Amino acid sequence: MATLQSLDIRRRSASNEAPPQIRQNAMEVAKLIDVSKCIGCKACQAACLEWNDLKQEIGYTDGTYNNPTDLTPASWTVMRFTEYEHGDDLEWLIRKDGCMHCDDPGCLKACPAPGAIVQYTNGIVDFVSENCIGCGYCVKGCPFNIPRISKVDRKAYKCTLCVDRVAVGQAPACAKACPTQAIYFGSKQDMIVHAEHRITDLKSRGFKNAGLYNPPGVGGTHVMYVLHHADRPSLYAGLPDDPKISPMVGLWKGVMKPISLAAIAFAGVFGFLHYITKGPNEVSEADQRKGDELAGGKKS
Amino acid sequence: MSENNVVSRYTTAARINHWITAVSLILLALSGMALFHPSLFFLTNLFGGGQMTRAVHPWIGVVLFFSFLGLFFRFFTLNLWNRDDTVWMKNLGAVINDREEGLPELGKYNAGQKLVFWGQSILILLLFGSGLVLWDVYFEDYTNIDQKRLSAVVHALCAIGAILIWIVHVYAAIWVKGTLRAMTRGSVTRGWSWKHHRKWFRQEVGKP
Ligand code: HEM
Ligand code: SF4
Ligand code: SF4
Repeated sequence: MATLQSLDIRRRSASNEAPPQIRQNAMEVAKLIDVSKCIGCKACQAACLEWNDLKQEIGYTDGTYNNPTDLTPASWTVMRFTEYEHGDDLEWLIRKDGCMHCDDPGCLKACPAPGAIVQYTNGIVDFVSENCIGCGYCVKGCPFNIPRISKVDRKAYKCTLCVDRVAVGQAPACAKACPTQAIYFGSKQDMIVHAEHRITDLKSRGFKNAGLYNPPGVGGTHVMYVLHHADRPSLYAGLPDDPKISPMVGLWKGVMKPISLAAIAFAGVFGFLHYITKGPNEVSEADQRKGDELAGGKKS
Repeated sequence: MSENNVVSRYTTAARINHWITAVSLILLALSGMALFHPSLFFLTNLFGGGQMTRAVHPWIGVVLFFSFLGLFFRFFTLNLWNRDDTVWMKNLGAVINDREEGLPELGKYNAGQKLVFWGQSILILLLFGSGLVLWDVYFEDYTNIDQKRLSAVVHALCAIGAILIWIVHVYAAIWVKGTLRAMTRGSVTRGWSWKHHRKWFRQEVGKP
């Protein structure tokens, strides 16, 4: 996906350049996925392939409704089906998986290629494929296990939140396609307000732990879920209970970088100073004579 | 100086082995650092761009690993630690001030050289191991995400360690005049041998 000049960039991977800041009133957008309304029809999956001009190769079935069984370089969203049994009750939890568009994106933090991942001021995190070098660091940075590297072109792919549609005032393709309107799109604030109505409704119908999934560990997300069991997100096919950028990634992309460069620079400077203060370590004439003496018989 | 005025120190094979290792280590440091820090990303231009750098680095790593393995088996017996090395290390201050006179006579390697040898041996092993884990093109499916994250940290840390040791190693060769020819021509002068590795020199001329 090319960068879209009509959207300002807030953050750019592996770059020190200051982003444009003249426009201050960018509206943060969000997609709200109401898991309680999803019927698992996969219209959103089809719409995603359609809009983004992707083709998912025919795979295999693992005996569940998960199809394909995982996110792939071409399938940027998949429905994950969980059968949740408690007592003699069975709930079918269906979660639309895909990029969460984190406010503090681990993928962007980890990426070593300048401009291969950008975050727009509206909150959308997008992979700019022509800058991607295929190292897979974004996979290590992401707390949600989202990016997939293509075996064909070794580039990383994931949901763009239909940034090309949003840039021209359209809602994402999945939101358009959903027949039950389980996917809403709008300003993040509006989505939070809307989620509150839904949560009140769910609570009145016995789901006392209904709530919004907008995890603070990654600064909140621009894709949020309404969950009937918000106290246990991991019920929903392993949605992280408290996602955070891994401390390993924090170390690797944080303090290690300046300290390492400083250590290398210090070693270089120390060597230089040593040389100009102590001078070279040379073999004296006396050493040479002693050496010749020891070699003795073999003297030339 | 005619040829029999010098002491032979490295065979041609050992020197070739050393230079393959040296060149691959430098290329690895350059291509790796390009991905390590955004300010050094421009180094990818040396390798034909970001994608090429990403693709070629691990292959150079394979060359380095096997080349270093050769050096390891050539030299490890000569690098075993002994009591004189401990004395030498305790007097490191005198050594870096070029006052080695009072110190024990040294065999083929001094303690500093031995530390470079063992340091690089351990680091290159760790770099190879963690590098394979990061090599998604071939080995993506063999490890889980936590192992990959740990490997990224280990790989970067060991790389910095190896680069620091490399700086010490190269600086020592520049500072101690007459050393470089050991690797360019395979021999050193008698004076150099007397000054820096007298015990080894005595063995070479057969007069302990
Ligand atoms: C011994 C075999 C080695 C292997 C198999 C290997 C493999 C790798 C791989 C797969 C990566 C990830 C990027 C990519 O896919 O190209 C990487 C990154 C890197 N490598 Fe190596 N490597 C090796 C040795 C070395 C050595 C000797 C050095 C330095 C002296 C080094 C320095 C680096 C650095 C600095 C990075 C970037 C780390 C980061 O982004 O934090 N590597 N290596
Ligand atoms: S694979 Fe991921 S981390 Fe690597 S350059 Fe591409 S987007 Fe960045
Ligand atoms: S979910 Fe993963 S890929 Fe998406 S923005 Fe967050 S860290 Fe990046």
